[in-house]
Amino acid sequence: MDSKRRDMLKTGGGLTLLSLVAAAGWLKPGDGWAAEWNKAAFDTKSMDETLKTIGATTPAQSKDITFFSTPDIAENGAVVPIGITSAIPKTESIAILVEKNPNMLTAVFDIPPGTEPAISTRVKMGQSSNVYALVKADGKYYVASKEIKVTLGGCGG
Amino acid sequence: MSATDVSEDVADPGRVAIARRSPRARTFDDIMNRREFLHIVAAAAAAGLPVDSRAALDLSAGASFYDGIERFGNVSLLHFTDCHAQLNPSYFREPNVNLGVAAARGQPPHLVGEALLAHFGIRPGTREAHAFTYLEFEKAARAYGQIGGFAHLATLVKKLRASRPGALLLDGGDTWQGSATALWTRGQDMVDAQKLLGVDVMTGHWDFTLGAERVREIVDRDFAGKIDFVAQNVKTADFGDPVFPPYVVRIVNGIRVAIVGQAFPYTPIANPRYFVADWTFGIQEEAMQKVVDEARSKGAQIVVLLSHNGMDVDLKLATRVTGLDAILGGHTHDGVPQGTLVGNAGGKTLITNAGSNGKFLGVLDLDVKDGKLADFRYRLVPVFGALLPADPEMAALIRRQRAPYAAKLDEVLAVTEGLLYRRGNFNGTADQLILDALMAEKNAEIAFSPGFRWGTTLLPGQGITIEHVMDQTAITYPYVTVNEFTGETIRTILEDVADNLFNPDPYYQQGGDMVRVGGLRYSIDPNGKMGGRITSMTLDGKPLAATKKYKVAGWAPVSEEARATGGEAIWDVMARYLRAQKTIKPRVLNLPKVEGMSGNPGMA
Repeated sequence: MDSKRRDMLKTGGGLTLLSLVAAAGWLKPGDGWAAEWNKAAFDTKSMDETLKTIGATTPAQSKDITFFSTPDIAENGAVVPIGITSAIPKTESIAILVEKNPNMLTAVFDIPPGTEPAISTRVKMGQSSNVYALVKADGKYYVASKEIKVTLGGCGG
Repeated sequence: MSATDVSEDVADPGRVAIARRSPRARTFDDIMNRREFLHIVAAAAAAGLPVDSRAALDLSAGASFYDGIERFGNVSLLHFTDCHAQLNPSYFREPNVNLGVAAARGQPPHLVGEALLAHFGIRPGTREAHAFTYLEFEKAARAYGQIGGFAHLATLVKKLRASRPGALLLDGGDTWQGSATALWTRGQDMVDAQKLLGVDVMTGHWDFTLGAERVREIVDRDFAGKIDFVAQNVKTADFGDPVFPPYVVRIVNGIRVAIVGQAFPYTPIANPRYFVADWTFGIQEEAMQKVVDEARSKGAQIVVLLSHNGMDVDLKLATRVTGLDAILGGHTHDGVPQGTLVGNAGGKTLITNAGSNGKFLGVLDLDVKDGKLADFRYRLVPVFGALLPADPEMAALIRRQRAPYAAKLDEVLAVTEGLLYRRGNFNGTADQLILDALMAEKNAEIAFSPGFRWGTTLLPGQGITIEHVMDQTAITYPYVTVNEFTGETIRTILEDVADNLFNPDPYYQQGGDMVRVGGLRYSIDPNGKMGGRITSMTLDGKPLAATKKYKVAGWAPVSEEARATGGEAIWDVMARYLRAQKTIKPRVLNLPKVEGMSGNPGMA
């Protein structure tokens, strides 16, 4: 274990992922994804409806989108690790949607050209839910999903 | 054919040449050939003869019971798991309800009683039938005696090692928890016993409930240079660095054997997370594939997974991870007489599960030729104390460890008039006793008790000692809780646990049984969808109201807040109740109405 790495991060703490993302300008309102992601999409009741409301194309199920380091049962619903890679050529962005969260859209990652389309973050989940990885590539949308259980715990053994 | 081959052959240029014959394992002289046996049963049934397991128990072949385990091949792995700190012999009744749903229906390990005997070709009324089933448990237990115990296990291990030079002894975990002495010595009595027994490699689950610091202390100090604690799926929560070596390579008769460790993936969920706050677990399939590939690339000729996944998870994992010759499994406490062969893109993997509470020793003999597995034999051998003299050295160690606590442990609190056991998907009489005590002592209308699969069995007429109470309750978070829960919350709890047991995808299961329930009656459809399995709930004949609050007693809470709140230890509540009762009448099991399971061979 590399304890130096830990100490450095501790002293440099205070910057959350979100503030880093905001500082980089990725979440500026009216920018890129945010503009395309109209409010109507968040108000829809089902995922199918949501996905239809997003853009010009209906996302195609894709086996080229894979989850990695993502649990089947969350150890802690407050910080559920999610990792997504896309093998689709010209991947422009990767979004994470948690079906049963109050706001389904959890994160959007822009993938600049020449960047490996692999992202990982932690999301908060209040209950068991399908989690969708939505990829925009060459102007088209693709999706893959994974069920993540959030349980009360205990009673095992 | 004695192993269950669930897959078609998968063509693979690298490994297709491996001829893996099913193990002709049961060479015990009181077991006949399965086909022959089934033929006789069918003939008897056709002739109208009763096929009655209640015929006289077979007491023959005692002296020669262990003589039929001939050596085979050139690499032998001995495996026990989930002993739950049972150093001394005990009784342990296997379940009469162990349901398999979806693809698992009717498949090992989801077979009980006569269905299990028929599947594996075990003759009813024999020692083996007693070891593997609940059938006429009391009568058979009195005839064949207690089972397990490290002194008897040590004798068997020595006997097998004598005929199998270089054999490795693997411990699948749940070793440092389950008894008073393990709790009071923080696992030290078990650690010393493991070293004397000659355990080579271990992984874990309940062991982690001693806390990360204590685990580190044992692994770094006691185990150093003697026992390898391996777990590829335990990482630091911050950077994902490995906490333990993922695997170890041991050379057996010149052959490189890699043992990969898989700790229980849901330890921080099924047990309090605060014990391992800085560690993360999970199945971690991709990481496992990398570890297996690395071991192979470094010259391992045999790669075996020492797993605490539970058998259903292992069966799925083996279809997805390639390069494993065998998975020696535990956690679900399934005493499965023979292994199951599972196919995958790289070849085949043998899946076994070696029961619990020290009842069994798994013996896997491998014949490795030209750097590859050519053939194998597997059998799960019951440890009968009456047939295996106690190893004097181990017996002395156990006596020494127990001596400071002996007077306290031996105190008889009450006498049971009925059989007290725990295992079964929905309830056991020992659990019912805990529920009855909780409701009485805490004046609660409903009680919950976790669906633990450990805990020994008591026969009618036995005294219930402090030691026996601790065998059912010895955990590091024993707090009794009393809560006001709404009907809706109660439903959520039952649904949550039901999904951990009956989710059709094993990766979403946690092992363990359904939470035991006192007072409340309910019905359950195991085939239902998540959140839709509990079809009715009543209290005193009236349906539960969603918004009304009910007083619910329970124990073993996993939240950090519950630890801060504290509460009386469950064993103190039990001791008080038992002392007052003096005589424990046979328990009336509160069982749910189970829907949609008629004809399921996992229920008798």
